[in-house]
Amino acid sequence: MIAAAPPVKPDLLQLTLAMGDSDLILSQRLGAWCGHGPVLEEDLALANVALDLLGQARMWLSLHAEREGRNRTEDDLAFLRDAGAFRNLLLVEQPNGDYAFTMARQFYFDAWHKLALEQLALSDDASVAAIAAKAAKEVAYHLRRSRDWVVRLGDGTAESHRRMQTAVDALWPFTGEMFDEYFNHLRPAWQAEVEATLQAATVTVPRDAWMHRGGRQGIHTEKLGPLLAEMQFLQRAYPNSTW
Amino acid sequence: MVSQMVDVQQVWSWLEAVPDPEIPAVSVVDLGIVRDVNWQGKELVVTVTPTYSGCPATTVIGRDIVAALRSHGLNDVRLETRLSPPWSSEWVSAKGREQLRQFGIASGPAPVCPRCGAAQTERLSQFGSTPCKALYRCQSCREPFDYFKPF
Ligand SMILES: [Zn+2]
Repeated sequence: MIAAAPPVKPDLLQLTLAMGDSDLILSQRLGAWCGHGPVLEEDLALANVALDLLGQARMWLSLHAEREGRNRTEDDLAFLRDAGAFRNLLLVEQPNGDYAFTMARQFYFDAWHKLALEQLALSDDASVAAIAAKAAKEVAYHLRRSRDWVVRLGDGTAESHRRMQTAVDALWPFTGEMFDEYFNHLRPAWQAEVEATLQAATVTVPRDAWMHRGGRQGIHTEKLGPLLAEMQFLQRAYPNSTW
Repeated sequence: MVSQMVDVQQVWSWLEAVPDPEIPAVSVVDLGIVRDVNWQGKELVVTVTPTYSGCPATTVIGRDIVAALRSHGLNDVRLETRLSPPWSSEWVSAKGREQLRQFGIASGPAPVCPRCGAAQTERLSQFGSTPCKALYRCQSCREPFDYFKPF
């Protein structure tokens, strides 16, 4: 657990949107694996992680909708906003790639997500603390799994090792913005988790490099648009449709 | 219409007959999902704590609870969701654990084979057919089984 208070007090509207959007977008990415997993167990596991994240996204976005008082619902937020209004991390909108890529992305995110939620569980806002405490229990399972996969592929065959190293390197520049603003002080704990895991995976830890930023400001990579087009199609084409 | 307020103990016993939609062998009470039942004026408030955020059964559980109470004449029922403290597998009752075992699902601190009782088991997948379960295999009778994860 993180004992120290965060240096910057989070703006609750920004925070709930940022947490909900990252959960939602990653859930959508993982959902695309359904039916395509390398083995049945992996298919089930990815779908379950995607479901957890979707459930968490719903809680954050519902809370956001309630607090902003603009008469919007979680569904309005998910299906009727354009890319520029999303506040998810650039990391989670990156495409699935191969399995090493999906697992490296998941590991970087899970390691951050767990720390972030443990911190938010100490929030003096009761709703934020309750959602975070609940989500943290689930994310502990997610992290255990993605960590195992990074080690398994990194310390596997020459081919799986090569792919994991490639994925870890390619995604590294998207990890910097996770620690902007109020999550700044989580960086050392995250770095320690990543270094220990990559070492066990016999994968070289990427050196500090230039980092992409913009997710928190709504400046996204070109990867987000097509994802939203697919996710939002039904509500856009048939407004207010329900089943 | 029920003109008088029904005793909450009576309501609890009705709820003990409401099965979980995904594990129908166990009731929503024995799974620890129903946390509180009380009257607020003329309205009966049932407080539930969802198991996993991603549990697709949560909405159905709420609907089943309201429908069950309505069948007993209670029409003024409000569902409240309580997130804190988060649901824990330790809230599953002893009766619920036994029902899970008979249904072929292991639970508790360690996965013991629900069929032959062997303690030697291996994990096949951390996630099983639902978020709350992992998939194991017994090393004695070789049968695969679900394990209700400690959570
Ligand atoms: Zn057995």
